[in-house]
Amino acid sequence: MTVVKWNVRAGAYYDSVVLMQLQRGLLGLSGVVDAGVVMATPANRELLAANNLLPESITANPDDLLIVVKAENDQAANDAIGQVDELLLRRKSSNSPNSLDFRPRSLSGAVKQLPEANWVLISVPGRFAAGVAREALDLGKHVFLYSDNVSLEDEIALKGSAGEKGLLVMGPDCGTAIINGIGLGFANRVRRGSIGVVGASGTGTQAVTAQIHNLGAGISHAIGTGGRDLKSEVGAITAHLALDALARDDETKVIVLISKPPSPDVATSIISAAQGTGKPVVVFFIGYPPPARKIGNLQFAISLSEAAEIAVRKLETLRIEDAEILHSSNSRFVRGLFSGGTLAYETLLGLQSFLSPIYSNSPITNSQILSDPLRSKAHTIIDLGDEFFMVGRLHPMIDNDLRIRRMKQEAADAEVGMILFDVVLGEGSHMDPAGELVPVINEIRKTRIGELEFVAMVIGTDDDPQNLQSQVSQLQAAGVTVFRTAAEAVEHISLRLSTSKKDDFTPVNLDQLKQPLAAINVGLESFYDSLISQGAQAVHVEWKPPASGNEKMAALLAKMKGKKGN
Amino acid sequence: MDIDQANTTAVNRLMEARPILKAVATARDVIPGMKDNLFLHAGPPIEWARMSGPLKGAIIGAMLFEGVAASEAEATAMVERGEVEFDSCHHHGAVGPMAGVTSASMKVYVVENAEHGNKSFSNLNEGYGKVLRYGAYSDEVLKKLYWMNDVLGVALADALAASNGVDMRALMSEALHMGDEGHNRNKAGSLLYLKLISPLIAKTMKDSAAMSEVLQFIGDNALSVLNPVMAACKAMTDAAHGVEGSTIVTTMARNGTDFGIRVSGLGEKQWFTAPAEIPVGLFFSGFSQADANPDIGDSAITETAGIGGFAMATAPAIVTFVGGTPKDAMNATLEMYEITFAESKYFTMPSLDFRGTPTGIDIRKVVELGITPRINTGIAHKNAGVGQVGAGLVRPPLAIFEEALVAFAEKYKI
Repeated sequence: MTVVKWNVRAGAYYDSVVLMQLQRGLLGLSGVVDAGVVMATPANRELLAANNLLPESITANPDDLLIVVKAENDQAANDAIGQVDELLLRRKSSNSPNSLDFRPRSLSGAVKQLPEANWVLISVPGRFAAGVAREALDLGKHVFLYSDNVSLEDEIALKGSAGEKGLLVMGPDCGTAIINGIGLGFANRVRRGSIGVVGASGTGTQAVTAQIHNLGAGISHAIGTGGRDLKSEVGAITAHLALDALARDDETKVIVLISKPPSPDVATSIISAAQGTGKPVVVFFIGYPPPARKIGNLQFAISLSEAAEIAVRKLETLRIEDAEILHSSNSRFVRGLFSGGTLAYETLLGLQSFLSPIYSNSPITNSQILSDPLRSKAHTIIDLGDEFFMVGRLHPMIDNDLRIRRMKQEAADAEVGMILFDVVLGEGSHMDPAGELVPVINEIRKTRIGELEFVAMVIGTDDDPQNLQSQVSQLQAAGVTVFRTAAEAVEHISLRLSTSKKDDFTPVNLDQLKQPLAAINVGLESFYDSLISQGAQAVHVEWKPPASGNEKMAALLAKMKGKKGN
Repeated sequence: MDIDQANTTAVNRLMEARPILKAVATARDVIPGMKDNLFLHAGPPIEWARMSGPLKGAIIGAMLFEGVAASEAEATAMVERGEVEFDSCHHHGAVGPMAGVTSASMKVYVVENAEHGNKSFSNLNEGYGKVLRYGAYSDEVLKKLYWMNDVLGVALADALAASNGVDMRALMSEALHMGDEGHNRNKAGSLLYLKLISPLIAKTMKDSAAMSEVLQFIGDNALSVLNPVMAACKAMTDAAHGVEGSTIVTTMARNGTDFGIRVSGLGEKQWFTAPAEIPVGLFFSGFSQADANPDIGDSAITETAGIGGFAMATAPAIVTFVGGTPKDAMNATLEMYEITFAESKYFTMPSLDFRGTPTGIDIRKVVELGITPRINTGIAHKNAGVGQVGAGLVRPPLAIFEEALVAFAEKYKI
C-alpha cells in the first residue's frame, strides 16, 4: 500500500528544468515510488492526474509549486518532502565549481578562445605534427615544435614559409625554449636578464641557461631551433631569425649560440650573422674547431659551462665599444695576394669561418678550389708562390712584378672592397717591398671608383735589413692598414666584411616576443600545465588525429582543404 | 569557385535571409505539391513499415482529422492498400515538430523570405500533453485540432492578413537575449509572439469570448512560437541549399526511425541517413529513459540555422540538459563553433559578449574533429499517443556526415 504526500508552495516559481531535476532527486530517495514536481498549471495537473499523482483534494494555482511524492510508507513520503529544500540547495551549490573550462578540439577554435596567443606548442605524433604546424603558421603564430619524426622536407617547407612571415619555427625535435621568462617544453626556472640564447640543442640550452642563472645573471629569451636547423639543407633559417631578433632586442646584451657541429657552409653564414649582431656573441659548436678564441665581438667557448661563464663575464664588463664594432662594414669581396704559402693558408683557415664562398689556388677543402688561378672570384686567397705562377719567374718574395699586376687586376674589379697582401722581410727577400708597392697603391687610388681598403701583414723583426719601421710607415702613409700577424689581420677582415648577411627572411616582430607569453598547446598536457603554473596564459587543445584516425576520411579532407569544389 | 568561397555564399544566404511570418492558410492551398491523400511527415522520407509508434499514430490521427478514415483500423488498412502517400515535409518547403504530420486541410503558417523570395510552412502548435505531434489521436486530440483549425487558425489568418507580417528574425534575436535558445525553450519568444499578434487579433476578431480563448491558448503554450520559428529557420536554410561546391548542412531532421541530413552542394532530395539515436535527458513525472522513442522531428532545423542547442550559452535555464552548470552551457556553444563555418550576424548572445551564434555546420569540420552537432530536443514516448515524456539532448550519428563527405568528393571529383 503506497501513500501520497504533497506540498504546495504558493508563488514559488521554478523553471521546469530545475523542477525535473528536483523530481529526479526525489525519485532517488529510498522508499519513493514516484514523484511529480511541477508548477500547478492545468496542463501539468493533467499530466500528474494521468500518472495517478494528483490527489483530488489539492488546491493549487498555476503560480504555485506543487510537489507530490508517492512512497512506500508515511515515513518515506514525509522524509522525501522534507528533503525538497535540501535538494534544491544542493543543485545550487553544485552549480558553480567543478565545471571545466572549454577545451577546443581544433587549433582555429583555440585561437578564437585566446586570440592574443602568439605561440603554438606542438607535441602531437610526428606524422601529424607538420600539418598542425602549417595551420599554426597560417594563423600567424610562432611554433614550438616538440614533436620528432617530422620529415626534413616538411621542416624545410615549414621554416621557409615561417621565414617569409617573420615567424619562428622552433624545432622539430625542439625540447627547450624560454620566451619572456616562460619556459616552453623542458626548461629550467631561471631569472630574467640580459643574456639571449640561440640553441640547436635542448639539453645544451638547459645547461647553459641554468649555469647563467647560477652565476647570478639571467636570460632574456632562449630560442630553440631544433637539432637539424644548422644542417645545409635547412640552412639555419631559425637560427638566423633568432639571432636577428636578439640583435634587435634591447633587453638582450649578450648572445650565446649553441649547436652540435653545424655544416661548414652553415657555420660560416651563422658566424657571420653573429658578427653582424654587433653584440657580444659566445659561440659553442660542440666538437667544431673554433677558428680562434676571440674574434671581434665573437668569443668561442670550449664547453657549455665555459660558454655560460664567458657570457656572464661579458655582461659584467660590457662596454659601449663592443656594440659599435661592426658599424662600418664593407659588403664587397676580399682578395688576398700572398707571397708565402703558409701565411695564405692560415689566413684562409681563419677567414673560411666567416666568409663564404671563399676560393683559393691552395684550398683547404675541395669546394674552395679556384678553377682558374688567374681569375679571382668572390672572396679569394691567392698564393703567388705556388708552382703555377713560378714557371719562368722569380719568387714573389724577391720580385713584386706579378703581385703588382695582379693588384691592378683585382682593383679594376668593382666588386672588390679589400686587397690583402703580405710583406715578408728578412734575409733573401726584396730590399724595399713597400717602396715598390706604395706607388702602385697610390696610383690605383687615383682612378679607383668606390672604396678600396688595403690591408697588409708585415712579417719581420727590428733587426731585419729592410728596416721594419720604415716599411710599416711607408705602407701606413699610403693608407694601408698594417698588422703584424695573420690572426690580427683575419680578425680585422672578418669584422669589416660580412658576406652572408641573411636578408632573405622577414624579421620577427619584436613586439610579439615582448608581449606576456600567451600560448596554445596541442599535444602533451604537461606542457600546458607547466605554462599555467608559470603564470602564462594558455589554452589546451583536446587534439585527436584528423577524422579520428580514419585515413580514408583524413585523405579526403586534406584534398578538400582549399580545393576547387567545381 | 572553391569550397570556402561556396560556403561563404551559402552561410551568407542563410544569415541574410529575412523570414517574415506572412499568413496562416490551408495546407492544400499553399504548400507546393500538396494533395488530399498526401501526408507530410518530419525527417527523411520513410515507408509505413519502418515508421515508429508516434509517427504512425500521428498519421492515423491526421487521417481521422481529414475524415478519409473513420477508425484506426480503417486508416491502417487504407495505408496498407497503398491508398495514402507519404513524403518528407522538407520536399515541400515545410517543417513540423516531432512527428510533423501535416495534411491537406490543416492550417499552416506561411513564412516568406523577404531577401531571397522562397517560402516555408509549418503547422500550428498544439501545446503540451496528448497531442497529434506525439502520435495521440483520441477524440479529445481531434477536437482540439478542429478548434485550432476553425478558431485559432482563422483568427491568426485574419490577424496576419491585417498586418505587414511578423519579422521572425527580429523576434528570434530578441528572444535569444531573453534566455531562449529557440528550440527547447521558447517562453520569451512565445510571449513576444503574443505581444505582436494580440493587437492584430483584437483588431480583427469580433467575438470577445472566442478572442479570449485564442489569446489564452497562445499565452498558455510556451511553445506557441516554436512552429513559426521552425518555418523561419526552414526559410533560412532553404535559401542556403543548392550552392554549388558548398559543404554546409542545410537540413537535419528525424522521422523517429532515421536521422537524416542534406548538404547545400548536393542534391535537393539527397539524404544521408542512419538510425536515429535515443535522446538522453530529463523525464516528466511517471516516465523514464526506457519509455523514450528514437529521436524524432524537424525541429533540428533550429540548430541547422544556428540556434537551439548551438545557442545554449544564452539559455541558462535549460543547462541541465547538457550536464548542469552555466559553464557547461557555455561549453556547449563553444564546442559548436568548432564545426561551424561562420558566426551569425543577427543572432547574438549576451553571455558571450554578444558573439554571434555558431552558424553553418561544415561537414568537413564535423568529420575532421569527430564532433557532431548538439540538438536540444523533446522526447516522445515510443508508443503512439502517449505524448511527450521528457526533454534532452541528442546528436546525429557521425556516419551520415562521413557518407555525405564521400558523396561530395564523388560529385566534385575530389
